[in-house]
Amino acid sequence: MARKLSMKDAINEALDQEMSRDPTVIVMGEDIVGGSGSPGENDAWGGVLGVTKGLYAKHGDRLMDTPLSESAYIGAAIGASTCGLRPVAELMFLDFMGVCFDQIFNQAAKFRYMFGGKAETPVTIRAMVGAGFRAAAQHSQMLTPLFTHIPGLKVVCPSNAYDAKGLLIQSIRDNDPVIFCEHKNLYAHETDVPEESYTIPFGEANITREGGDVTIVGYGLMVHRASEAADTLAKEGIDCEIVDLRTLSPIDIDSVVESVENTGRLVCVDEANPRCSIAADVASTVAQQAFGSLKAAPRLVTAPHTPVPFSPALEDLYIPSAANIVDAVRKTMAP
Amino acid sequence: MAESDIVPVLMPKWGLSMSEGILVDWLVDEGAEIAVGDEIMEVETDKIASAVEAADAGLLRRRVGEAGETYPVRALLGVLAPASVGDAEIDAFIEAYEVPADEDEGEAEAQYEFVETAAGRLRYARRGDDGPAVVLIHGFGGDLDNWLFNIDALAQQSRVYAFDLPGHGQSTKSLEDASLDGLSGALGAFLDALELDSAHLVGHSMGAAVAANFACTSPARVDSLSLIGAAGLGTEINADYIDGFVAAESRRDLKPVLFHLFADSGLVNRSLVDDLLKYKRIDGVQEALQRLAASLFPGGVQQTVLAPRIDELGKATLVVWGAEDQVIPAAHAHNLAKATAEVIDGAGHMVQMEQASRVNDLLLGNILG
Repeated sequence: MARKLSMKDAINEALDQEMSRDPTVIVMGEDIVGGSGSPGENDAWGGVLGVTKGLYAKHGDRLMDTPLSESAYIGAAIGASTCGLRPVAELMFLDFMGVCFDQIFNQAAKFRYMFGGKAETPVTIRAMVGAGFRAAAQHSQMLTPLFTHIPGLKVVCPSNAYDAKGLLIQSIRDNDPVIFCEHKNLYAHETDVPEESYTIPFGEANITREGGDVTIVGYGLMVHRASEAADTLAKEGIDCEIVDLRTLSPIDIDSVVESVENTGRLVCVDEANPRCSIAADVASTVAQQAFGSLKAAPRLVTAPHTPVPFSPALEDLYIPSAANIVDAVRKTMAP
Repeated sequence: MAESDIVPVLMPKWGLSMSEGILVDWLVDEGAEIAVGDEIMEVETDKIASAVEAADAGLLRRRVGEAGETYPVRALLGVLAPASVGDAEIDAFIEAYEVPADEDEGEAEAQYEFVETAAGRLRYARRGDDGPAVVLIHGFGGDLDNWLFNIDALAQQSRVYAFDLPGHGQSTKSLEDASLDGLSGALGAFLDALELDSAHLVGHSMGAAVAANFACTSPARVDSLSLIGAAGLGTEINADYIDGFVAAESRRDLKPVLFHLFADSGLVNRSLVDDLLKYKRIDGVQEALQRLAASLFPGGVQQTVLAPRIDELGKATLVVWGAEDQVIPAAHAHNLAKATAEVIDGAGHMVQMEQASRVNDLLLGNILG
């Protein structure tokens, strides 16, 4: 039955259920068990924020604490996936992906293509994304556009617990490499989540709010900011439609275009830096496919083109806010 | 003038989880004389949008609720009173009205229960303390919330049990036997688990065929049959609906399929589509639906027609249909020689939702004799 679950617990449950269902699913990463020398299996920490807590006690050696060498264990996970396992590798912070770019971009993403469809790489790489955690420039980035740029990778970024569970199960069952991005400031966010296993297909956006005046497109934490903005704008008589992309590769551009054909206005919100962002990609695609429907130029609300500041005051200013979105929507309404 | 002449119009409570609703619009003006059953306002919840029918008759003196605003369940939305009641008295009534507190916190959670049966773990809801036992059986792809507008009304005069068939709602998704006998076996297992020797059965669509089949195999356990938009009374069934429902993988695919269910397609809102998609995406559901569709309705032909055998049972039998049913033809309502047949205008396959108070009256009539 459905009950309220946090996104963190929903991810834990997805891993638990897939490990129970499929003996080829393994989980590996830094401190995901608790690190060598942890006092006991049951109080093992379970990852830097406790997402994998309790899984070791249940599934034992199918969880592996790895050395602090992303290039080694991400490579190992990718290799294992080509040989019959379904590894879920936790990279802690997506920012650390830099040290294993070859394994991901040049190996995992290319195997299916370069071996003529004969190789499959069913690996899932989970990592925390996003700012607002006071963790400074190297642990706070929204690097989704980097991975979305590479053909052969699938990129997922859920905005809530229900989607996180269904999309993670889909990621594990998918036969291609999936970069699964978890916004650390959504881990505590709760929604109704069924107890049973379920999947959400890739490439299907979710219309989280219907409205006829303007389309706001976002993903992850930005869906919540857009929702706050829409509440404010509703009081001014502006009805916003919110499209939660859920997966960035594949991307459900049809749902965005359909929405814009109805509203005529588009605001793209992205916590990533502005250049080559998901927001820029969506805006340009819509401009090509639905130019005739647009009543105003699309507007982008993104982070600025700077690293994430460590100063809390500046970090709060860095992340796109509901007020920024309200402002952008007003501008599209009165160009 | 006694205050009892003043009758409040309240935000209704539809189903177990509703805590508030949006008063979308008034359908009547102040000063209108209202009869019981008149549609007086449109209300939308996170589950469904529907017209609210007046529960009481009277002169609508005041519209308190404003269109477009959200109100808690049982909030005061309007005031009915005879012309002889003074404005000051009505103002005082509105001033003094307080929304009754929810009986107990977490009520919604407590209303769904689970029971282990021979057919697996089944979810059910139980309402009403006295009167005959009534079991509500939903249709293909449905769940016990299909009785949202019926369960409370029936519970006024009976003990109502609504459950999710295996493969449906939040019951077990494993179906050992995807045949009509398998499903009516699950109904028997549910009755056994709740220690009900017999019950009045109310079935909708496939659930009606389940009820009728159970009555044929275990007649002593069935007190009466009420069959709504029923399967099992003829061979035709809309393959576009059945196959479309099974095949739909996205909101875009599913929404037009659901238009078949209602006379008013406006009732197919985002929440309805989302809830059904969420159900369809649970492990095991797709397989259960495919097996049921292949066994019961392959190629748009119902495999089991129980009509003559139902007549031979000699049970009090009511057949209710929406005149605009696009899933199973309303003509099937007349395929039983000995049943009371009612075909209701302005309703489709989900007639128990679209014309709830009319259907509730008919059901209570059949159950209470």
